[in-house]
Amino acid sequence: MIQGVLGKTLGFLGYTVQYGCIAHCAFEYLGEIVVCSGPSMEPTIKNYDVVISENLSRHFYSIQKGDIIIAKSPNDPRTNICKRVIGLEGDKVCVSDPSHLLKKHSYVPKGHVWLEGDNLKNSTDSRSYGPVPYALIKGRIFLKVWPLNAFGFLQASPNGRILRKD
Amino acid sequence: MMPIHFTYHPCRSGLRGIFFKFKVMAHGFGRRYFKAFVSGFFVAVPVTVTFLDRVACVARVEGASMQPSLNPEGRLGSDIVLLNRWRIRNYEVHRGDIVSLVSPKNPEQKIIKRVIALEGDIIKTMGYRNKFVRIPGGHVWVEGDHHGHSFDSNSFGPVSLGLLHAHATYILWPPNRWQKLKSFIPPDRNPVEKEDEYLQQ
Repeated sequence: MIQGVLGKTLGFLGYTVQYGCIAHCAFEYLGEIVVCSGPSMEPTIKNYDVVISENLSRHFYSIQKGDIIIAKSPNDPRTNICKRVIGLEGDKVCVSDPSHLLKKHSYVPKGHVWLEGDNLKNSTDSRSYGPVPYALIKGRIFLKVWPLNAFGFLQASPNGRILRKD
Repeated sequence: MMPIHFTYHPCRSGLRGIFFKFKVMAHGFGRRYFKAFVSGFFVAVPVTVTFLDRVACVARVEGASMQPSLNPEGRLGSDIVLLNRWRIRNYEVHRGDIVSLVSPKNPEQKIIKRVIALEGDIIKTMGYRNKFVRIPGGHVWVEGDHHGHSFDSNSFGPVSLGLLHAHATYILWPPNRWQKLKSFIPPDRNPVEKEDEYLQQ
């Protein structure tokens, strides 16, 4: 009797560990479903939109300019931020606000990326905390699933902040 | 559906019958083996990966930046350390801990350094562009024990806690160097206590 209960408990524990580990691997290396909050990525992603992120391109170092990514916040590793990649290492980026008459440019240092929200007026991003190390990137958002009428892939940057190489 | 009976058929007697039986057996054995392999694979791989990601892993230390705590013999031998990942699950580190982190300049490389100052501390730098630095929130200041031979915060500045990888706790190999890694701050590397010294610059 006791043996049976013990066996069942151990079996249940084993399954819990196994599925927990499978879940960890899936969320860490494949992708996850994320609920975004905050106004910084409007109009591309609105408050409480549900999106799917994939983590493969981060591990294969194939993040490109214009991709929307989820990263750990450089000032608080427990919170996540959702921003658009404006420049990769070595790229020239515009550091100042678009409203400023004097444009200041800078180059992104090695191993870093330049992140900005699409809503330039209401976004805390690389313009305030500087370039972000690449290793803080967790995944790339590629599909919006909720609300249903906005289902589909994400649109390109709406405000032309990405500088093209001449 | 018609039921199929694998009973001993008269025409399958003799050698042919033996071969038939053998084939059935081999098939069953192969499938069972394959099934066991697949299910074992689906248990072992995720459990191992999760253990290495969340609990602990081992790594070999390369380079002279942490002498004399690690690799004291230089090129002659390199230490293998135990990296405790469970301890830093909440990004809690203390001054003096030896930690491994992803290099901010190269995301493919991990570096091992000693934590010198935590967020809010004011530290006197050794060759950084400012003489005194206040560590911003969510950042730490790391240095190698071998000053001058280490690529550390004195060249790249404070690092974000999100780059933290693990807390190095033991030297595992070579066996004669087996020991617990002590947490200490090198002499005169304590954070600056007086604010006015910082404001003077």
